[in-house]
This record gives sequence, structure tokens and C-alpha cells, in this order.
Amino acid sequence: MNVIQQFVVAALVVVGSFFLLVGTVGLIRFPDVYNRMHASSKAATLGASSILLAGFAYYGPQGAGLTSLVGIVFLFLTAPTGAHLISRSAQKMGVPFFGQDADWPEEESGSD
Amino acid sequence: MASDPALLGTVVDAALVLAAALTLFAGYRVIEGPTVPDRVVALDTIATNVVAMAALFALSTGEGLFVTVSLVLAIIGFISTIAVSQYVIEGDIIE
Repeated sequence: MNVIQQFVVAALVVVGSFFLLVGTVGLIRFPDVYNRMHASSKAATLGASSILLAGFAYYGPQGAGLTSLVGIVFLFLTAPTGAHLISRSAQKMGVPFFGQDADWPEEESGSD
Repeated sequence: MASDPALLGTVVDAALVLAAALTLFAGYRVIEGPTVPDRVVALDTIATNVVAMAALFALSTGEGLFVTVSLVLAIIGFISTIAVSQYVIEGDIIE
């Protein structure tokens, strides 16, 4: 492994752990379940994807590197889906919003 | 192919320690979270952190098999999130 590849892997690992840190701090400190879901679904997913991209840069385009790319695609497909499902179930359970001026958009009668 | 101990090993080990500490801190939200969706979101974050930790372990030991382990853990986390969110609003997973 040459120096450039080693540097790229180290930089991707540093960026990914920074985004994991941001996502977990947002999960702990945000005031509302919807805001916490925002932090966890975007920042933590980006951190894990960056670390998997470091795995792709480490292992090359075959074998474990290809599995890393499949993992990135899977995370980018499933993290918004899971966050949307939890948000919908929280809204159906009646979990209140943190701010009073936030509201769901008006239902359009007729369409769907 | 073990990782070079000069730069990469130190960075990957530090990132492993950081990810493990962040997983423990997310456990605070699982215990303390006021509502059930808070706990589900925190468990989802823990699952994402464990995926990153498995990928970092694959970088640390040089075993490419642990990337597959991280993919399987991602699938398990997604399915458990969907199952719990369906159970919370419907009272049943498959009706």
C-alpha cells in the first residue's frame, strides 16, 4: 500500500468519525424526536457511509471493496425510509412538536 | 495484509475508540428518552454506529470479511426499525 492510498483511507476515516460525532451529539442534545431523527438519519448515515468508502479505498474494487459499495447504497436507501416510518408513527402516536408554530401542511381535498 | 502501523493504524484505532464511546452515549437516549419513538431513533443510531465499527474493525485487522458483517448488521437494523415502528402504531406487525 503506497502513501497516497494510505492518506486517502486515513482522511475518509477521520471525516466519517467526525460525522458520527455530530450525529450522536445531535441525538443527545436536540429537543424533539423529529429533530433527533434529523440528526441521526443524515449525519450518522453520512459518517458510516464515509467509513465504508474508506473500506472501498482500502480493499480496491473487488471482494470486500465491492461489498463496501453495496453497503453504501443500502444505507442511502434505507436510512430515509426508516426515519420516515418512525416520524409517521410518532405523529400518529401524538408526540407533540417542540415549537408551537410548526404544523403539518393542510390536507388537500380531492387529490389522493 | 496488515495495516501500516505508521499512520493508518493509529487513526483507525482512535476512530474505533471514538465510535465505541459514541455508542455508549447514544445509550443515554435509549434509557432516558421521554417517548417510545425517541428510543427507536436512538437504537437506529446505535445500529448505524455498530455498522461503522464493523467497517473500522475490517480496516484495523485487515480481514475483509467484517465488511460483510457490517452489511448484515445494517440489514438487521433496518428490519428491526420497520418492525418496531409498525408495532407501535398498529399493535401488530403482520395482521
